[in-house]
Amino acid sequence: MTSERENPQTLSALDRPNSYIGKTVPRPNLDRLMQGRGLYVSDIELPRMAHAVFLRSPHAHARIVGIETSAAKQMPGVIAVVSGRELSTVVTPWVGVLSHLKGLKSAPQSAIAVDRVCWQGEAVAAVVAASRAQAEDAAEHVLVKYEELHAVTDMRTALDPATPVIHASLGDNLAFERIHDAGAVDLAFAESDEVVEAEFVFGRHTGVTLEPRAVVADWNAAEARLTIYQGTQAPHMVQNIAALHLCLKESQVRVVCKDVGGSFGIKVHIYADEMATYALSKLLRRPVKFVADRVESFNTDIHARDHRCKGKIGVKRDGTIMAFEIDDLTGIGPYSMYPRTSAIEANQVVNLVGGPYVTGNYRARARVVFQNKNVMCQYRAVGHPIACSVTEGLVDLAAMKIAMDPVEIRRRNLIADDAYPCASPSGLRFERLSHHAALAKLVQMMDYDALRAEQAALRVKNIHRGIGIASFIEVTNPSAAFYGVGGAKISSQDGVAVRLDAQGSVICQTSITEQGQGSESLTAQIVGSVLGVSMDRVRVMLGDTDNTPYGGGTWASRGAGIGGEAALQATKVLRKNVLDVASAILQSVPGELDIVNNAVVNVVDGAPRIDLSELARIVYFRPDTLPPGVQPELMATRHFVPREYPFAFTNGVQASWLELDLDTGFVKLLKHWVVEDCGTIINPQLVDEQIRGGVVQGLGAALFEKCVYDERGQLTNANMADYLVPMSGEMPDIDVGHVVSPTLESELGAKGAGEAGTAGAAAAVTNAVNDALRPFGTIITEIPLTPQVILTALRRI
Amino acid sequence: MKASAFAYARATSVANALEMLTTYGERAKVLSGGQSLLPAMNLRLVAPELIVDIGELTELRGVAVKGEVLTIGALTRHADLLKSREVAAHAPLLKDAVAHIAHPAIRNRGTIGGSLAHADPASELPACMLTLGATIIARGPGGERRIAANEFFVGIYETALTPQELLVAVELPVTPKNSTHFFHEFARRHGDYAIVGLAAQASIRDGRFADLRLGFFAVGDRPLLAESASKLVDVAITPAVLIEAASALDDELDPLEDQQATPAMRRHLAKVLLARCVSLLLARPDLGAGAPA
Repeated sequence: MTSERENPQTLSALDRPNSYIGKTVPRPNLDRLMQGRGLYVSDIELPRMAHAVFLRSPHAHARIVGIETSAAKQMPGVIAVVSGRELSTVVTPWVGVLSHLKGLKSAPQSAIAVDRVCWQGEAVAAVVAASRAQAEDAAEHVLVKYEELHAVTDMRTALDPATPVIHASLGDNLAFERIHDAGAVDLAFAESDEVVEAEFVFGRHTGVTLEPRAVVADWNAAEARLTIYQGTQAPHMVQNIAALHLCLKESQVRVVCKDVGGSFGIKVHIYADEMATYALSKLLRRPVKFVADRVESFNTDIHARDHRCKGKIGVKRDGTIMAFEIDDLTGIGPYSMYPRTSAIEANQVVNLVGGPYVTGNYRARARVVFQNKNVMCQYRAVGHPIACSVTEGLVDLAAMKIAMDPVEIRRRNLIADDAYPCASPSGLRFERLSHHAALAKLVQMMDYDALRAEQAALRVKNIHRGIGIASFIEVTNPSAAFYGVGGAKISSQDGVAVRLDAQGSVICQTSITEQGQGSESLTAQIVGSVLGVSMDRVRVMLGDTDNTPYGGGTWASRGAGIGGEAALQATKVLRKNVLDVASAILQSVPGELDIVNNAVVNVVDGAPRIDLSELARIVYFRPDTLPPGVQPELMATRHFVPREYPFAFTNGVQASWLELDLDTGFVKLLKHWVVEDCGTIINPQLVDEQIRGGVVQGLGAALFEKCVYDERGQLTNANMADYLVPMSGEMPDIDVGHVVSPTLESELGAKGAGEAGTAGAAAAVTNAVNDALRPFGTIITEIPLTPQVILTALRRI
Repeated sequence: MKASAFAYARATSVANALEMLTTYGERAKVLSGGQSLLPAMNLRLVAPELIVDIGELTELRGVAVKGEVLTIGALTRHADLLKSREVAAHAPLLKDAVAHIAHPAIRNRGTIGGSLAHADPASELPACMLTLGATIIARGPGGERRIAANEFFVGIYETALTPQELLVAVELPVTPKNSTHFFHEFARRHGDYAIVGLAAQASIRDGRFADLRLGFFAVGDRPLLAESASKLVDVAITPAVLIEAASALDDELDPLEDQQATPAMRRHLAKVLLARCVSLLLARPDLGAGAPA
């Protein structure tokens, strides 16, 4: 694998000697994790800790007639068996709506179901015992009598008058609808030379984290304080919600988030079983641990992407795209997820379709319906893969119709690189994107013309390969526009505190979190570079609401762009404060001094003047030697949130090169390319691996991953043998290149990179498969592209 | 996902294992490599009262050649088969097949005896036993029993073994010098259970099959030694002959539906495999493209 890189040349505070910015440096937490000294929630053992197991509904929709717990309570090791009704005395229900998503409705959801279960896997009782095994043994003896109700499973008929309404109080099964109409769509279609329509179908899938969801809740009755150890992306959000529903003050809740084995958006939500675990600890006045097993993960971790989207594109014979129109339908399970809601993905689809292109004519409808399946919510690249697959699928279909090369039609329609700032037809504001530079770079990296020649030569030998291109835009660095304006107490700002300790090392506390993507590393790189100290002197602390500034955490590609800027600004203040003290000690002026390699030096000749350790010694132990009136402040805190733009959009383009076996329907991925523009790159390796990891999750959606439900709402492949995650054996080499357009909203200039890979990978693969299928008169617009789907399309079976 | 409580005994000898199996019968399960049993127990799909761990019975491990017979102990691990010089020399088909079994971590623990006794119709080794004409050797309270492979597999996870019997070894006739083989399976990902697979062994004389044994798997409730292979023996293979054999094969298949494939897709893929196998073994690229209709 190779990686095309460019070092940003536009930095100010960062463009200093020995800067770590733009450099691949080893992650500070690697040794700890590699030596098995990580601390995941499962590793945490507390005195008197009990284990919770949830008895889960085998039915997709049923009334709970009765729960008989007496036999289970007699089982060895059992501490308590708790029903939803009993737990409701400790924890209040919630409703997953946001006020800025107009009309979004949902029903109250309880930590453990009361009276009625609404999906297969919803908890009906908790068994708390001395060990997980004992709790599972006892759970087999809890007898629940159900009266099965009609399960609403097919999103296409969920709104039919004949379909029962899941929550009678809501009146119907429609959770949310958004309609958008911009420009003159009807006229544009009328003036088009060709109009192409297709229905795009996306399989429901999930984000499979290596470490399942896990929580230890420890209610300390003596302190009247709850400590929650949880693998979460947003500790302060968890603190707020736990306090709200357990009727505590936020100061009574501490959330500690140590090492996390992958999140991908799965761990940014509030799950009923986690709320139940907090409540069980309060009820039983002892620590309670819940670790989801793999079957529970498949049945209760949020699912995503279950969309059916009709799309329409109008195009002139010269390749001009005249208009896009979509009608998107998605089924989200029985409740809108809390607190971020399950309307965001459909809303994003409406926002993002057509986003890379010039045309201002765009009409969209998105409908979000309830159904009796597991809840759906935000998973990596929320909405992007749907929007990208629909947009790029339509663009390719249009190109095919007018016999234009897929690269050429994009060249003619992508927003020009000098057209910024500008806005999309859905109203998104773009500060600066680089579609054409990215496409040019991609074409060069993949040697597009040579690949087309190879493709043609192989066709003759009955070898059918395809090339697929997908341009995309990516939402990163979200401001309060994402959740805050809708009333959710999810912070969009982040804070960082840095302080110089008594030996000249730095302790940095940040409100962003680390789940494996390198937040700790990028923070240390920024702090080290800005201050002028080596990274090994910087210790970064994250994931503890008692010990970090208040902030949003790490999700929606915000850690580097927002948390990183807070780190930069805090460190600039610390640096100034250090230089002020140094100039007092050295009888110099701050402007003549700098900090390089852990020492204060002369700006002019770089000569070392005083080591930071010596400066710290004087400040902390001999302040009496400082001039009168000098009060050193060797700790600084700064917060940051973007204010000018609601989101820092990034852009990029992907390409897939694959081979299709016409006899078997198997797709072999041969190569994948990505060029993206996330602004300033802090650590090229971390960015590239974010991109690759994202691509792999997109390729999983394209070829493998699907939660298979039967018509009764039973998830039939809730295990790692039947639910196919993408594995290295099937993955192609992924070449990553960058264009760098820093955002001017921050001094750091970094935008996010977490969604880019996932956003466009499936679209590129689908377009490549259709390119390979071109001589056979069939088009597939459904993922995953299984051999069954392909053979059926080819009418081989 | 924890197994329900069970008793555990490590067998000290085959006789000791058989004593326990005799006492407990169906309430006991034999633990060999544990690659199928333990997940099933953790999912609480099975809840044996007693686990009889035969892992220490070293006399059941290893590969030996005696005259024209290759004997493989039941406890021989997949990884050992892959490395065995005897297997490479005398049953090369088996070596090719084992490379398709799951992943290295599983091959390091899983055993041939465990795989055969488990009798998953989608697994590789049962089909190889049919193709290679193996004899399965079981010991029970009444002594040793030799079971022909084609009588051993009787259904999904079902074999001719009684609960009191222990599979101790398999015997394979040494592959003749002029023999050749083919192994391939279609699986969604490397290491997954096959959607359809074929283990074939053949002798070729003057461009024709003198002998052809086709062991299909994942095409029914047990591996299938296709009788339609006979349509391809001692004849000049033309596309028409291949089509006739494929049609005969179709009649023999009774594929199941699962999440990866419908029965129709399995029938189609079995015919694709047949064509590719014949094409490759006879070095006739003209026969390999597409599935014979």
